[in-house]
Amino acid sequence: MAEIETFYEVMRRQGITRRSFLKFCSLTAAALGLSPARAAEIAAAMEQKPRTPVLWLHGLECTCCSESFIRAGHPLAKDVVLSMLSLDYDDTLMASAGHHAEAILEEVMTKYKGNYILAVEGNPSLNMDGMSCIVGGKPFVEQLKHVAKDCKAIIAWGACASWGCVQAARPNPTQAVPVHKVITDKPIIKVPGCPPIAEVMTGVITYMLTFDRLPELDRQGRPKMFYGQRIHDKCYRRPHFDAGQFAEAFDDDGARKGYCLYKLGCKGPTTYNACSTVRWNEGTSFPIQSGHGCIGCSEDGFWDKGSFYDRLTNIQQFGVEQNADRVGATAAGVVGAAVAAHAAVSAVTRARVKHVQTDERREDR
Amino acid sequence: MSESIEVIRAPQVVYVYEAPVRLWHWVNALAILVLGVTGYFIGSPLPSLPGEASHSFLMGYLRFAHFAAGYVLAIGFLGRIYWAIVGNHHAHQLFVLPFWNLQWWKEVIWEARWYGFLEKIPKKYVGHNPLAQLAMFTLFTLGITFMICTGFALYAEGAQQGSWADHVFGWVIPLFGQSQDVHTWHHFGMWVIVIFVILHVYAAIREDIMSRQSMVSTMVSGYRMFKDDRPD
Repeated sequence: MAEIETFYEVMRRQGITRRSFLKFCSLTAAALGLSPARAAEIAAAMEQKPRTPVLWLHGLECTCCSESFIRAGHPLAKDVVLSMLSLDYDDTLMASAGHHAEAILEEVMTKYKGNYILAVEGNPSLNMDGMSCIVGGKPFVEQLKHVAKDCKAIIAWGACASWGCVQAARPNPTQAVPVHKVITDKPIIKVPGCPPIAEVMTGVITYMLTFDRLPELDRQGRPKMFYGQRIHDKCYRRPHFDAGQFAEAFDDDGARKGYCLYKLGCKGPTTYNACSTVRWNEGTSFPIQSGHGCIGCSEDGFWDKGSFYDRLTNIQQFGVEQNADRVGATAAGVVGAAVAAHAAVSAVTRARVKHVQTDERREDR
Repeated sequence: MSESIEVIRAPQVVYVYEAPVRLWHWVNALAILVLGVTGYFIGSPLPSLPGEASHSFLMGYLRFAHFAAGYVLAIGFLGRIYWAIVGNHHAHQLFVLPFWNLQWWKEVIWEARWYGFLEKIPKKYVGHNPLAQLAMFTLFTLGITFMICTGFALYAEGAQQGSWADHVFGWVIPLFGQSQDVHTWHHFGMWVIVIFVILHVYAAIREDIMSRQSMVSTMVSGYRMFKDDRPD
């Protein structure tokens, strides 16, 4: 077994020049919002620190996170990050397969005990003892628990690992659960999205490897640097929202003028992600820019929040699919009608009582 | 003659609602009106305004009015809680139910029977009648508390992490799942308040006419007037 290498050694061995390496360090510093001075720190860390291996497991998933990740638009990310990652195990990307591949898992787990990062794409299913997702002849949930046992931290890639995503949508036949429902004793960094933005993925993992600490997380365990604001907060169509200018249909004049897609069910106001700032495909565009509302793919249970095209969520709890306003207005209408009827009966009753009283008084005389 | 003197001597007028309670009631009513109307139009916006985006700020003003009225309501509610502690004993009726008092529950049923036209004569109450107290506690006190918590949690999303609203109410969002769920429940809460307002206004006017004491004017002057001097 080879000696423990530093990141820099790994990169040089893979033919990356020192110039490219330094460029990568300064770009990474910029991407993480650090001052230029920190680029040297990143370089120093990568030259001196032993590389931290990353084991990348795949559960129930569509592999869109990997697809996004390998398209990291950051020019050097494409060339460098894959080597820098020391991605020792990733069954969809690695050349070896079968027993050879599985042997690497055990090797890394022993050699880097307590010091490797576990990246999980997809999620475990619990139904029928996890039989809905089999990896290397065993249920994925067992592999996950086994590899998580000695890891330093877990990165939950995508909506699957973070929240459950489509396989956990109602009625969730395989009982798919997010990683934090199975692994409770390790720090978990959620990087939700379906898929997450490539640069967000590389940014998070680079931060963890170079600074040797977890990024600052919000209440729901997402890195604040990418999930601190809603799409809506940084949307370039926000001025149209504030002005009250909305597209009412995808082919109307408002849509052509680039008005806000709020009324077409855009979930930007309720979705925490970096799409409106980092954008996709090397910063080319993002859904709202191409004329479609955000579907809220980085939010918990986004498949179960009704149509992607409704502003107000339909609720199934009342037997009929109706949104809160229609249910509420109906209830208020019923109460209003009841009040009116009650008022009418009250008036009649009172008139009758008065009538009787007047009669009584007349009799008294 | 002697009878009429007794009538005058009987305590027919009681000072019930102190000035801060009355002031709060009407400010609160106005805030709820503004919140309900602006809130509805934030969820279901009006047709688009023509012209440059820089010419109008409709949603901005609607949201500003909503947030401002929300602050008025929340601060007023805190003030009302303070007054429940330092004010007269009627002032805490909104916040404390005599839950273990069997007699109180019996009178809740009695009042419900009065509303169901099963009792001919209502009872006299200086403060709220038990049924009114129950309705106000469940629909208004709990309802407004829910609206303040969910409302400021949503406000915290715009005010962003590190804001006071995020520190105090940020935990509400994960509790419901995600932001969209909180929006949905906040909409529901509005309709609960609308239903409360319908019942409250109707009951106040109906009681003013049909009960044995004053209602509407009491929230203006603070004095409860009784129409007869029979006990009970």
